[in-house]
Amino acid sequence: MKARLLSIIGNLAVLAAGLAVLFGLPALGETYLIINSTIFAAFAILALSLALIWGYAGILCFGQAAFFGLGGYTYAVTAINMGDTTVPALLAVLVPALFAALLGYFMFWGRISDVYLGVITLTVSLIFYRFINQTAGEQWNIGDAPLGGFNGIPATPILNWPGRPGEQLAPEEIFSLTVGLLLIVYFLCKALLATSLGRIIVAIRENETRAELLGYDTRVYKLAIFVVGGALAGLSGLLFANSVFVSPTMFSLPVSGQIIIWVIVGGLGTLIGPVIGCILMQFLTNYLGTLSQIKGFGWVDPNLVLGVLLVIFVLVVPKGLTALVADVWRWSVGFLRKPRAAAPPAGERVPNP
Amino acid sequence: MDYFVILLLQIGSAVASLVLLSIGLAVIFGMMRVINLAHGEFLMLGGYAAITAYNKGVNLWVAMIVVAPLTVGLFGALVERLVIRHLYGRLIDTMLATWGLSLAMIGFVTVVFGNTVSGISAPLGSLQIGAYRTGVYELFLIVVAVILLLAGWLVLRYTRLGLIARGTMQNAAMAAALGTNPSAVYAVTFAVGAALTGLAGGLLAPLSGVVPTIGAAYIAKAFITVISGGAAILSGTAIASALLGAINVVATFAFTSVLGEVALLVAAVVLLRLLPQGITGRFFRRAL
Repeated sequence: MKARLLSIIGNLAVLAAGLAVLFGLPALGETYLIINSTIFAAFAILALSLALIWGYAGILCFGQAAFFGLGGYTYAVTAINMGDTTVPALLAVLVPALFAALLGYFMFWGRISDVYLGVITLTVSLIFYRFINQTAGEQWNIGDAPLGGFNGIPATPILNWPGRPGEQLAPEEIFSLTVGLLLIVYFLCKALLATSLGRIIVAIRENETRAELLGYDTRVYKLAIFVVGGALAGLSGLLFANSVFVSPTMFSLPVSGQIIIWVIVGGLGTLIGPVIGCILMQFLTNYLGTLSQIKGFGWVDPNLVLGVLLVIFVLVVPKGLTALVADVWRWSVGFLRKPRAAAPPAGERVPNP
Repeated sequence: MDYFVILLLQIGSAVASLVLLSIGLAVIFGMMRVINLAHGEFLMLGGYAAITAYNKGVNLWVAMIVVAPLTVGLFGALVERLVIRHLYGRLIDTMLATWGLSLAMIGFVTVVFGNTVSGISAPLGSLQIGAYRTGVYELFLIVVAVILLLAGWLVLRYTRLGLIARGTMQNAAMAAALGTNPSAVYAVTFAVGAALTGLAGGLLAPLSGVVPTIGAAYIAKAFITVISGGAAILSGTAIASALLGAINVVATFAFTSVLGEVALLVAAVVLLRLLPQGITGRFFRRAL
């Protein structure tokens, strides 16, 4: 009962925080802040996609950037060709989902295990990266859209109101759309995990053989969640393309790495953790980037700090920030109620908000 | 005819560089089941060690063959002691921690050496074959790769150290019960793997030059070669290098160099789908 109450409070808190950002930030009227926050929110959806397939389904995908980039490029190419952006926006989610289905079929029906799965996903994202990088020149135009090789497509069209090409969304509207979608995706993920699909997926993560012996075809369930993850990454790519533009870096190793860092710093096996981890790490990266430009702080290289941070997290806080906060909270509650037992009974674990 | 000879030499040199790139990773993965994602940065460090030593006036060959492996080997020993040792048996965590290490190394080297390409010109001049030219240094690398594989085989097959290594590889608990100290074996293995990587980094520096981010170009190839090769350190690496190197060069000759890379990666993905345990997981199971 208490756990249920806490989970409701947690959801309400997330909703309130999301709505506060959604309506509060534009009121400040700073365009730079709004564009930056849009990028953060788009990345947060990307973090959620990996949180779902790695944190809950236990599939460590080293190449989530492949779906991210595919979403962005699908959108940019089709939007340039079609003018109106409604169908391209849908395709930006559908194409990565289909690709995830194909890749997932290939991997899960091949019974490829952890490490090998990591290598294959990593390789696939590298293939995209290498391929897109060399698409400079006329022969790589798709319809009216030049793929642009290393430079990407700087003229990525901005979303317009459905059915009214030419009426592009303003940065504030893109911001509202992105943060709104982030909230929707977050609660959809919550809902998905509460369904039997979500339960079975966690069961597979805990013990695949046992889940199989109970009669579940684990391949189908893993494929399903992998496709959802691919679709979400595509959506994130679409939103990112609208706040920056598409370029081959979207497929690159550092992007895949970043997503993994967000998830592990925030907390594996939670949804809010990766979102928080993503926003914190993005703030930190931006801050360090500006700091390292200042004279005397040249040694503060973002890579150096992030790398050391990742090593420390894996060694000291492998469960991430959310678990750390929960532990500290439980410990302080136990400390205040010293006369009683410090640890709560096993059945009453504090749920992750 | 000349064209054919050049093609063969190119294949040989591509295979040799794959062997060099991945042998250190293979030693560490084969023995310890640890995937070192900072492998590319170990190579980068080897390259910088060689170039720095050379610029300080050390003989080029000494810089490449002695200084680079020693530096990276010592660094590897340090990393094993500080990070890897605490994560044995946690494969994913090791991958993540070494990824962090790789980022940190890129950052550190960028701060120290700046984000610019440094290089040394390849020694030994070039060789004329009909209408084509090829570097003698590339032929030298083929010889080095063969020597490394042969030396590795001799050590594993005929020395006491090799016996301990093979025993630990097959059954770590049993080897420990028979009196070896697994953590010492692992420490030595990691340092040796790192030293081999440093050697490769030093030897490849004249061909590719070094930038702080060059590791990213190496890591995927090395990673893929080792995983496709499977559990056997030497034969797995050799066979996978031969296969992937040949595919790479043939596709490069037929299309472009980028499509050559793509063909290599696609071939590796298909290979892993067909043989999820790598080549030596299925064939040549008893090889080293």
